[in-house]
Parts: sequence; structure tokens; C-alpha cells
Amino acid sequence: MTDTAILEAVGEVADPEVPVLTIADLGVLRGVRHEGDEVVVTITPTYSGCPAMDLIKHEVELTLRALQLNGRVETVLSPAWTTDWMSDEGKAKLTEYGIAPPTGRRAVGGPVSLSLTLRCPQCGSPDTTELSRFGSTSCKSLWRCNSCREPFDHFKAI
Amino acid sequence: MSDLFVYGLRLGDDALIAAQRTAEWIAAAPQLEEDVALGNIGLDQLGQARSLLQYAGTVEGAGRSEDDLAYFRDERDFLNVQLCELPTGDFAHSIARLLFFATYQHLLYEELRGCADETLAGVAGKAVKEVAYHVDHATQWVLRLGDGTEESHRRMQAGLDAMWPYTAELFASDDLVKRLDVAVDPSTLEEEWLSRVTQVIDESTCERPTSSYQHSGGREGRHTEHFGFLLAELQHVARSHPGASW
Repeated sequence: MTDTAILEAVGEVADPEVPVLTIADLGVLRGVRHEGDEVVVTITPTYSGCPAMDLIKHEVELTLRALQLNGRVETVLSPAWTTDWMSDEGKAKLTEYGIAPPTGRRAVGGPVSLSLTLRCPQCGSPDTTELSRFGSTSCKSLWRCNSCREPFDHFKAI
Repeated sequence: MSDLFVYGLRLGDDALIAAQRTAEWIAAAPQLEEDVALGNIGLDQLGQARSLLQYAGTVEGAGRSEDDLAYFRDERDFLNVQLCELPTGDFAHSIARLLFFATYQHLLYEELRGCADETLAGVAGKAVKEVAYHVDHATQWVLRLGDGTEESHRRMQAGLDAMWPYTAELFASDDLVKRLDVAVDPSTLEEEWLSRVTQVIDESTCERPTSSYQHSGGREGRHTEHFGFLLAELQHVARSHPGASW
């Protein structure tokens, strides 16, 4: 089995917290290599404390087993994950799912931080307000649309 | 005990104990969004602690895991600064602590990510981006409370005053950090730290505390009277059911 085929197969594992995204979409899947007759798949967490990592690791191991491969999963921290690694397909899926995808820049600066506007993933209005920089998971912030009044999550840039 | 092991414990214990105190706000913060925010911040700190303690255990080479180090060491074995273990207190106390600690951590990790130790550099490179959000969060609250009502101003000032005497310990240099080439000598961070927190405090209309007395001892395992209670809560389940998994 080629490395590309292995990556394609394990890349289908879904993120348990945002199930519309696969670990390939997220950029959590980093690569595959061979050590003797063993296949080593490397993954990286989005945030240091991401509680989904154990489950993702387990699912990748199950996928390897289903492919009848002798393999293991390694977690690496470096280079540090960034939202830049999210695929365009992943960003499109997020919007469709109701989560505003990461924008290019982080909205964190000096003592008074500048909030960048986001489009509401429900109605498309740019008239939105950040309610909290922290949302239902580490990787998201919480917003509200002032036009359709719906709250929504934003996958924050890091 | 090797220098690198001790250094890993210092950084890991700071993050672990900060995480424990931060998490105490979950379901007790002034608003639901704040429960979530502090929950996330605590989770980041816990993630950093896990990586650092896991590495310390590997460096030690005695087969101790991150869990062994977190749950089965006693009070005097912990090397965190006392700032991290102080009780949550008033909300403004915790916000003052977060401002002081996250600003320190941000400067530390910025330096550490360039160090020659691949693991420490990796942990720091990841953590620095998370901590930037912690600094930002604390800053917004200090400005809002300090420049808010008379009562919120009074309490923000009280929080800053209460935490200030525990800040010098963050920057205390010693032989170990000078000997260990991958370590960041924290005394080199103090000037920039002071300038950053002063800017926030000034803008919040509070006053930078002037207390000259500074506590110390955490890095040698000497802790405040609050620390044993914190450990009791942190370690109780693991010690009552050693080896249990769920």
C-alpha cells in the first residue's frame, strides 16, 4: 500500500468535536513514515490541551488495523499547528455547517485589541459582534449576528 | 536530579497548578461566557503541563509518567511559584493573577521556543500562541473592571495589590538556570514584563502596586498554607484508587 493511499484512508477520520471536518481537512494529520515493517502515522493537536486527541489517535489506529497494517500513531508538537493548514475544502465545509472559518489574521494585539468583523455563516451579514474570545471548544470563539440574531461559532485563527 | 528534570518540573508545575486554580472558576464565574473562557484557558494550561511533565518524566528516566508526577508527589516536591497556588479569591484577584502570569508565560515561551532542546522548543512554540489569548483576555478584564464603576475599580485595585507581592518570584534567577544552557534565565524577562503590565494597569486607571515585600520559596518546594488543600483536591481520586482508569 502506498503512503498516499494510507494518508487518504486515515485522513478520513473525523474530528469528534467538529464532525464535519476530517483530520486531513484540519491539518491535524501530519504524515506517514515506515520504521522497519511498522507504519508510523504522525498527528499534531490543534491546542495543547485538546481533549479530542486520544479519540483521534484511537480512530487512526483502528483504521490502520482495518487496512491490516502493523502501525502506530505518534503525536508531535512541532511545527505548531496553525489554522493556515486548514484546507479550502475544510473551510467551505465549516461555513456550510454554521461555523465561520478562520480568517487570515489573529485578532489579538496590544492592550486594546482590535476585533475584525466576520460574516454570519447563516445569513451572510457582516454585521456581527464577538461575544467571547472563547467558545464551546478551545479552537473556537463565540459570535452573534446582529441581522438574523443567531449566535454562531468562529474557528479562531491561531 | 538532573538540571533539565528540575527545569521541566518548574515549568510544568507552574502550568499544572495554574490550571487547577483557573478551573475552579468553571460554573462559578460572573457570567456563562466567562465559565467557558476560563475553562478553555485552564485547558490550555493543563495541556502545557502534561507535555512538560511527560518530558520531565522521560528526562528523569525512572519510569514516572505525567500522572505519577502530578498525582503522587507531595507538597514539598512541587516547584511551582506561589503566585499560581494562591486561592482564587475575588474574581478580580484571579484576573490580576492571570494578567501577571500569562504575560510572564508569554515572554518565557517566546524565548524558549528558540532554545536548543527540541521538546521544550516545541511545547513553547505551541503554547505561546495560546497564551497570547490569555494575556488578551486578562487585559480586557483589567481595563473593564479598573475603568468601570467605583466598586469594580476598588476591587480590581485590591486584586492587583494582593497578587503583586508574589510576582518577583517569577523572575528569580538561580544557579540552575544559569548552568542549564537550554533554560531561559527569567531575570532577563522582568523589564519587558514590567513595561507590559504597567501599560495595562495605567490604562485601566488603577495604580501599579508599590509593595516592596516579595514572597519566595516555591522553587525550593516551600509553599503557602493553601497549597496542601489544593493538592488534596487535585490528587484525592488518583490516590484513593491508584492505577484506576476510566
